[in-house]
Amino acid sequence: MLRLDCPFCGTRDEAEFRCGGDAHVERPGQDVSDATWADYLFNHDNPKGLHLERWCHVFGCGQWFNVARDTLTHEIHAVYYMGEAAPERYR
Amino acid sequence: MRRALRSEQGGRIDRSKPLDFVFNGKAMQGYAGDTLASALLANGVRMVSRSFKFHRPRGIVSAGVEESGGLLAVDHGTGLQPIVRSTQMPLVDGLRAESQNCFPSLNFDLLRIFDVTRSLWPAGFYNKIFKWPNWHVYEWAVRRAAGLGRLPDGARSARFCHMNAHCDVLVVGGGPSGLSAALQAARAGEDVLLVELDVEPGGSLLHDASGLDGQPPLAWLARTLAELQATGNVRILTLATVVGYYDCNVLTIHDRVAAYRREDPIEVFWKVRAGRVVLATGAIEQPLMFGNNDLPGIMLAGAMQKYAGRYAVRCGQRVVAVINNDLAWRSVLALPGAGIGLDAIIDSRHSINDALLDQAREHGIDVFPGASPVAAAGSTAVRKLQFRDHDGRARTIACDAIAMSGGLSPTLHLYSQAGGRLRYDQRLACFLPQECRQDVVVTGAANGEFATPETYNIGSRKPSAANSSVQWVDFLHDVTVSDVELACRENLRSVEHVKRYTTTGMAADQGKTSNLNALTLLGELTGRSPGEVGTTTFRPMFMPVTMGAIAGVRRGEFYAPAKRLAAHDWHATQGAVFEDYGGWQRPAYYGSDRDACVRRETLLVRQAAGLFDASPLGKIEVQGPDAAEFLNRIYIHSVPTLKQGKVRYSLMLNENGIIIDDGVFVRLADDHFLLNTTSAGANAIAAWLEEWQQCEWPRMELVINPVTSQWAVVTVAGPRARDVLCSLAGMTDLSTQAFPHMSFASGVFEDGCPYRIQRVSFSGELSYELSVPANRATGFFERIWDAGQPFGIGLFGIESLMILRLEKGFLHVGGDTDTTSNPFDAGFGRVISNKRGDFIGARSLQRAEDRRNDRRQLVGFEVVDRDAVVLAGAHVVTGTGDARRSEGFVTSACHSPTLARTIGLALLERGFERGGEEIQLYDQGRLVTARIVDARFYDPQGERMHG
Ligand SMILES: [Zn+2]
Repeated sequence: MLRLDCPFCGTRDEAEFRCGGDAHVERPGQDVSDATWADYLFNHDNPKGLHLERWCHVFGCGQWFNVARDTLTHEIHAVYYMGEAAPERYR
Repeated sequence: MRRALRSEQGGRIDRSKPLDFVFNGKAMQGYAGDTLASALLANGVRMVSRSFKFHRPRGIVSAGVEESGGLLAVDHGTGLQPIVRSTQMPLVDGLRAESQNCFPSLNFDLLRIFDVTRSLWPAGFYNKIFKWPNWHVYEWAVRRAAGLGRLPDGARSARFCHMNAHCDVLVVGGGPSGLSAALQAARAGEDVLLVELDVEPGGSLLHDASGLDGQPPLAWLARTLAELQATGNVRILTLATVVGYYDCNVLTIHDRVAAYRREDPIEVFWKVRAGRVVLATGAIEQPLMFGNNDLPGIMLAGAMQKYAGRYAVRCGQRVVAVINNDLAWRSVLALPGAGIGLDAIIDSRHSINDALLDQAREHGIDVFPGASPVAAAGSTAVRKLQFRDHDGRARTIACDAIAMSGGLSPTLHLYSQAGGRLRYDQRLACFLPQECRQDVVVTGAANGEFATPETYNIGSRKPSAANSSVQWVDFLHDVTVSDVELACRENLRSVEHVKRYTTTGMAADQGKTSNLNALTLLGELTGRSPGEVGTTTFRPMFMPVTMGAIAGVRRGEFYAPAKRLAAHDWHATQGAVFEDYGGWQRPAYYGSDRDACVRRETLLVRQAAGLFDASPLGKIEVQGPDAAEFLNRIYIHSVPTLKQGKVRYSLMLNENGIIIDDGVFVRLADDHFLLNTTSAGANAIAAWLEEWQQCEWPRMELVINPVTSQWAVVTVAGPRARDVLCSLAGMTDLSTQAFPHMSFASGVFEDGCPYRIQRVSFSGELSYELSVPANRATGFFERIWDAGQPFGIGLFGIESLMILRLEKGFLHVGGDTDTTSNPFDAGFGRVISNKRGDFIGARSLQRAEDRRNDRRQLVGFEVVDRDAVVLAGAHVVTGTGDARRSEGFVTSACHSPTLARTIGLALLERGFERGGEEIQLYDQGRLVTARIVDARFYDPQGERMHG
């Protein structure tokens, strides 16, 4: 059971949040190949260790934000705004 | 109470407070401070129950959490509850206990036949025996015989609740180690929560007089508790068990204390987030494996000491100890002082500490070093023990109880749940904590600190060799040494496989007294050390938890609280029958005879006017300079071209091109839209729009505002709908010229009530959806109801609405589509080719796969035999015999009151090019012939709704 720092509300229990999967997924344009499109739709990393993901504070402010999290240790390395690049050392 | 079994003095029982209780219908007495187990023992009860599989006699084995024999059905004032550990159940006045697993009675049990025929039921017997001809032949009988105890009948009225808590330090276990850790933390100013599963903290101090740091144990305990209290930093939970240890130091506690205080709610399930955790969970004494080691009267040595020291109960008069370590010697040497006759000590070790031997000699106890137990004997309780002395000579000794000990096993279930790794310590012959990523320390006996290798000297725990009697490994699941041997012969080597094959360690005690013996045995048989064999994974719960505690208050009407319409009570007075639709309690129909009501309501809308509560319809406002462009990326239809005050129907797709919702949207102003979603999709679509806006197009300026519950919505549909609404003072001009189909207007009624009205139709009739603020709902419904009387208005519910829309062939997303349906399949191909620019799902629709013409396409059908019944889910089949296959399935079907025939929609391969074709529907075992027709079954030109 994680605890996350919502950048708008502060520290809250995991139960207030929803995980939205990979962060920084770039949505391709309409002119890409089927393979590139399929990659965008279906193929995601499932790393053991550092993972950049997006979370929404659904039972709070309703805002989305990014989290750098270790999937093994559950350590939260960083929380940063949507649209912001990941901190250098977690890219 | 048998006088001889209870000492005159000593123990932590209150002899001035006798308590009455009933066991299997027999009145008995114990004292305050007793557990049910100690009271039963004091009353001379040896056999308390029967075992799970073979219905063998069972007695009390332990004095704690590891109990495998004394599991009873107990009523302590809140109804009969199964599988209660009598060893942890404080005796309360009026308690009623019953044996489990016996029919018709404990002493005469018919299912003992399983024990007599035991050789027929080896490990894996389920997989071996019940295969021919098939499992279902046996299922009835097996289900009757299986199961541990009986669930109480009906719903329990007892209440349960949940609690959340935070603390700096959570200390699990209130024995000396736990108390010391708590004191240290509390002195340092930390906020401490200490959880003890007994009625009071103290652990071994409560029965073992041997002292701590040279002080009398009870004095130390009193002083420590006083100091803990004085710090003001410590909360202590008693009769509470930490049952789960999860990530991020979140632990769960099953707190049963209120039940025994007869308070309400009776149990609390805690979720605690701890800064750090101290596990002072102690160690559990392990049994030894010898023949009939499961007979009543055979008990763990430490338990026998505890019954004597804490409850002043003598578990035997002629006791034999069968032990393999020095700690157990200390336990059994305490027995003579408590008035228990200890006749002999049988120890597999050849050399034994002289000091211990001297003490035994003082008490006149026969000692047999290097001896091994062969088998106990007795019918419902132990009467004698056969053993071999160090020369291998067979000997027999009479006894009425056996104190056994195969050494201690630290209680590391929680540590393992936390992700902690264990290592096997050869010298202590047990698993110890090694490392854990979470902030947890293990202290005391749980950390192997119960002894040093020198003061422990543990010997072998091997089963006695070449034994003709059955030696038991798991007392609760009736697993034997030969079951484990069989598993090895059948080449199962992994401890996880052996566990599942033999079911050892899988019972309600999770192997607390069987896992170590099983894996030691497995190691012996496969030439590996216990460390190499390893343990199975421990998972929550550490102890069985009542379902009520897990559910808390979330049961009955609170399980999934229903959403009610603002005008719910008004509908009820009109005879509404409510059903659940997407979490809303909505009128299904009005009246008593379902079929007749639905038919009447359908025809009413077609012939006069019907009134329908559409309030759950999803309503989302999107406003801002970029609202039109944003929505253009959401809907498959063009949005910027929609004029103010106009309404358009469209679909939403997910990025994979699949239809996820449909509904109309309105342009309220140039930069302001109102979206209608399906009722079931209202919340999810609002969240989904937010996600796209925030994560993908954050620079677009707009706000998304879900307003579903702010507005009550009434649909007035039917040829007289306009007449009904025009009679409302303040209503906008509804003439077709001023307000054609797919128009929107807002206004204010004469009484000041604001309204929104849109002319849209899901029934195919002239139809208006009128919205007012939700708090005005009931008065508003009444007003329309009154206004409609001259025009023959009536109410209609969801069931007739679904028929009305099916008669028009209108799509019901989620019913007529599934998670493979794209807009081409639903007949929206032309819309897709006309759409300019990108929208969600657009790229997916360019894939060849999405444009194949042999996909399942949504078509209408009518059955050839007009009135034959077909249900949604029926398959469209082709071919015969083995070659028969499904080409699709019926998504909606009904007998149309308007058309007087059965019609429906189906997702059918190549459906669009098969108009007029006859198809076979396979419906519940019979074939029905149908014809593919235009899905607009009724008024195909739409003259009625445009009129
Ligand atoms: Zn927030």
